[in-house]
Amino acid sequence: MSFQKVFTRWTDDPASHTLAFYESKGGYESARKAIRDWAPDDLIEEVKASNLRGRGGAGFPTGVKWGFVPKQTDKPKYLAVNADESEPGTFKDRVIMEKYPHQLLEGIIISCWAVGIHTAYIYIRGEYVFAYRRLVEAIEEAYAKGYLGDKVLGTDFKLDVTVHRGAGAYICGEETGMLTSLEGERGQPKLKPPFPAIEGLFGCPTVVNNVETLANLPYILEIGSEAYKKVGPERSPGPKLFCVSGHVERPGTYELPMGVNLLSLINDTCGGIWKGRKLKAVIPGGSSAHVLHADECDVAMDIESLAAAGSMLGSAGVIVMDDQTCMVNALVNVMRFYHHESCGQCTPCREGTGWLEKIVHRIAYGHGKREDLERIDQICGRMVGKTICVLADAAAFPAWSFTQKFRDEFLQCIDNGGSPAVKARHPDRIGGGLHV
Amino acid sequence: MSDLKFSEKGMQHYEWLLTRYPDKQAALLPTLRIAEEEFGNLGVPEMKYVADLMGISPARVFGVVTFYTHFRRAGTGTYHIQVCSTLSCALRGSQEVCDHVAKRLGIEVGETTEDGLFTLSKVECLGSCDTAPMFQLNDDYHENLTLQDVDGIIEECRQEAARGGAR
Repeated sequence: MSFQKVFTRWTDDPASHTLAFYESKGGYESARKAIRDWAPDDLIEEVKASNLRGRGGAGFPTGVKWGFVPKQTDKPKYLAVNADESEPGTFKDRVIMEKYPHQLLEGIIISCWAVGIHTAYIYIRGEYVFAYRRLVEAIEEAYAKGYLGDKVLGTDFKLDVTVHRGAGAYICGEETGMLTSLEGERGQPKLKPPFPAIEGLFGCPTVVNNVETLANLPYILEIGSEAYKKVGPERSPGPKLFCVSGHVERPGTYELPMGVNLLSLINDTCGGIWKGRKLKAVIPGGSSAHVLHADECDVAMDIESLAAAGSMLGSAGVIVMDDQTCMVNALVNVMRFYHHESCGQCTPCREGTGWLEKIVHRIAYGHGKREDLERIDQICGRMVGKTICVLADAAAFPAWSFTQKFRDEFLQCIDNGGSPAVKARHPDRIGGGLHV
Repeated sequence: MSDLKFSEKGMQHYEWLLTRYPDKQAALLPTLRIAEEEFGNLGVPEMKYVADLMGISPARVFGVVTFYTHFRRAGTGTYHIQVCSTLSCALRGSQEVCDHVAKRLGIEVGETTEDGLFTLSKVECLGSCDTAPMFQLNDDYHENLTLQDVDGIIEECRQEAARGGAR
């Protein structure tokens, strides 16, 4: 079977976001089929059988997650759609929301039918104003045509969907941080357990699914779980949006089967490294993923293969760096990000991200010492697994992998009074190397 | 006493919001967006108004507003330029864009021009990494920026403001 694009089939059509267009392409047929032909429990089993895994970063099996929600409960159940998309290097959900908002809404109907949910919230990052407006329009259209509301598709199934804007906080992409933010608080994560499936939004059972995950559902019902499993590797199958940014000729969001080779993605799909330069390093799954050295990049882009390569698929945000990139300078940037975005609840993260930024910064600016690399190792070891959420881990992984895999470059910076990139830019601010 | 008050349209939107959540405080973030829309920036009087309207303590509202970076705080210029400076953008020249904006406007990052027209901020990943370098100008993304583009955009803003078209 040749590969069928599911998220970017008609992106060139300026009307692809409208209900009329979506209906003309068979839109909402899967939702109709779900409610008409599938008992909720069987639908959960079908999604389990498809091996669909979450597209937000953790890669948890979607059907299994749904199965954790209690069947018998006197509390309302909620779906919280994670559209916070804030992992650096990730811009895929934006494409779905801007070009195919109805495909997301159809996925929402299917998941809510399966789990018995009547209220869904789409938590979208505050900066995505255009995507927010598209979603609001799509939801209005869907209510007007009876796809949402008290009688979904003319049945007794009731479903309300509301878009909720965030306001600029990476941490609200973490599921419990997102729920706390949805409740109108500062978006600080909570300890798990209890997991959201048991005690989530407003203290009620809550499914948290990523936009791209949900947008897979209409396709799974269209072709069936057996056929879906055959797209890409069986254990993490499906069509996948890969976001490629950095030093390639043609950055962009590309839809390919899960498991595409990383080098082929860079060289064939994206036109290779820009300016005729050579590849130096790739972060394959958003900036929290371990960096890959150029000679580690002959790898399949799927959950298992990247884990085996010592990194992760994460959000499939592929950040490519050419041979002129200063890795010390790049790591300063990444560390600044995590320090800025730490919510401040847990000491190892609040302090650790700050220390990491300071240390890497001083190495770049010529004040580093050789024992700083040792210190980075120690700090990372005291951050990973020691906090309420994984932001601390997300900061430690790049700190570790950059300094391990490009150790010579860090040592050169330390011994030679700073990063060449920083020296070129701030000749006045560069320090005195070992003696400071 | 402050005479701040939502317009009828703003109040209708607020009333509708309350019907969408089982808990009133969940409407806080969207209500703050209405306040931005109605009042421009969020200063102490605006936050106090929202607190009184919703029956939430002002301290709590202040705590929420200041946790997030994307609300328009008091003192923000008419045109808020937020240059994305995270890795993918940095790899493709966001620093040059930021420096250029600063030079054109005669301000440093984090400052507002004396005429109150422009504020320049450096922000973290805006989810537009494939169109780097880029910035957000109020609600809109400006992507694949060259320094010439930046000059043109700033000039357009100035002209719009001179015509009295800016909000």
